[in-house]
Amino acid sequence: MTDYETLRQFADSFGLLVMAIIFLALCAWPFRPGANERNRHAANSILEDHEDGE
Amino acid sequence: MEAVLGRAGLWFVIMFLALAAYVGAQDAGFAAHAVVVGVIAFAFLCVTVMRYDPLARAQSMFRMPPGPSRYDDDVVRWGVIATVFWGMAGFLAGVAIALQMVFPALNIEPWLNFGRLRPLHTSAVIFAFGGNALLATSFYVVQRTCRTTLAFPSLARFVFWGYQLFIVLAASGYLLGVTQSKEYAEPEWYVDIWLTIVWVAYFIVFVGTIVRRHEPHIYVANWFYLAFIITIAMLHIVNNLAIPVSFLGSRSYSAFGGVQDALTQWWYGHNAVGFFLTAGFLAMMYYFVPKQAERPVYSYRLSIIHFWSLIFLYIWAGPHHLHYTALPDWAQTLGMVFSIILWMPSWGGMINGLMTLNGAWDKVRTDPIIRMMVMSLAFYGMSTFEGPVMSIKAVNSLSHYTDWTIGHVHSGALGWNGMITFACVYFLVPRLWGRERMYSMRMINWHFWLATLGIVFYAASMWVAGLTQGLMWREYDANGYLVNSFVDTVAALKPMFAARAFGGILYLAGGVLLTYNVWMTIAGHLRDEAPMTDAKHNRAADRPITAAPAE
Repeated sequence: MTDYETLRQFADSFGLLVMAIIFLALCAWPFRPGANERNRHAANSILEDHEDGE
Repeated sequence: MEAVLGRAGLWFVIMFLALAAYVGAQDAGFAAHAVVVGVIAFAFLCVTVMRYDPLARAQSMFRMPPGPSRYDDDVVRWGVIATVFWGMAGFLAGVAIALQMVFPALNIEPWLNFGRLRPLHTSAVIFAFGGNALLATSFYVVQRTCRTTLAFPSLARFVFWGYQLFIVLAASGYLLGVTQSKEYAEPEWYVDIWLTIVWVAYFIVFVGTIVRRHEPHIYVANWFYLAFIITIAMLHIVNNLAIPVSFLGSRSYSAFGGVQDALTQWWYGHNAVGFFLTAGFLAMMYYFVPKQAERPVYSYRLSIIHFWSLIFLYIWAGPHHLHYTALPDWAQTLGMVFSIILWMPSWGGMINGLMTLNGAWDKVRTDPIIRMMVMSLAFYGMSTFEGPVMSIKAVNSLSHYTDWTIGHVHSGALGWNGMITFACVYFLVPRLWGRERMYSMRMINWHFWLATLGIVFYAASMWVAGLTQGLMWREYDANGYLVNSFVDTVAALKPMFAARAFGGILYLAGGVLLTYNVWMTIAGHLRDEAPMTDAKHNRAADRPITAAPAE
């Protein structure tokens, strides 16, 4: 097999699978138990200071 | 004293090298750029020497930050001014080339014809206007969200001025005919190398600031900024791989040939849209919309899904620019499928931005800055809906190479990028210069309506023009001959070109109001005007009913 075919086969099988798993894991991460409070805190963190500018 | 001597020496060496490059230059374009660099180095040399004041060395040209107790905002201020300046230059160039389409006599040979002004317009609005907006807002946001000052302040100053030099070299090069003819990547090899150096410095400053943050969580806007910085570095380097003909000449040849070169260019071109004009501006959206609305983002979870979907999906969509070309069919289909999948994260992000106003929709009526943000998000949604539609092969066979594409690009650029940038400028200027508010809120309102009306004229005329063009090009008669010649289509489109130019003039007029408003705000004036809303109150009638006196 040529290098192209080897790489192509890897990209079509395990490469694709690994990318899909990483993507789904990253998307599921903020839904893990206990993340609710952290998300709320992160969303509000930019509103806590009133020291804009200067 | 040593520092000043060192700095003056550095400028002198740069000036000398520029002179040497001028003497040895292989062509006029390279020589002109050597002169530009030499003149700038000479100007800085003079300033360094004249400004030498042993008592107040801190007041040097590149004002150093006041200390760890204050945010380092000088670069942000320069960036905001540069955004307004380059924005006006870019809009003006756009109106000029739109008028050239209606009045061909305006093509002034050789420097100001359409072919040379058009890349000047695209680069000025994308990289100069948009780039400075991204530079300024990213340095503002990363400091606030990390609660720390910029890492490497001198490097941050280098990033700003180095980027301006890149813009000047690119723009002057286009007018002189120095181009490598790659869409959105026209600057030649030596300008590309300079931008790479500046960009790596930008990355170091941004990541360095995140590393020394005092806030445990890295706010999502910074993720988008970082994705923008890293991906643009990767795209820029790969797309611009080229072999220069001579080390003192402006010509080079691409490292790729044929369809590989085409695919590389559109992998770059589409992701420049995806990561420069989308990821970077989404970062602005995720910080400035919640700040202006004074409410947290609608869903932080959705913002993270939005982020990862954009990162994983966008990079594959480029081949939709090469439908029905020599590119393999499977690659074309891949590009189309990923473009359609992109609908989901784009609309998720738009909804996230709009729903941030949930429970505060009255601000759309009372706050012109919020109104601009809402309009920009609406255009983000509209152009990310239109894009996937146009990437479908059947639609593309009609829309490709027509003015529909131009209309699509402008509803994204004028509507989404332009409007969110204006909103951010209006947000930043009073805060950066310590003013109570912008000089005039009513002018922001006028700017909003002029810009919106301008986009409507622009997009609508280009839809009509694009469909007309596409249908005329594919019209056959009974014998199988094409019915229309190319010139027939141009003649048919002329009224639409005029309507487009009118839309552009309206948009430029809005830009004039922006410039005046920013100028007066920085100068410290407040326009004496009726407020946008007032508390309707009739004191005379605001009385309880008094019981009729008993008789």
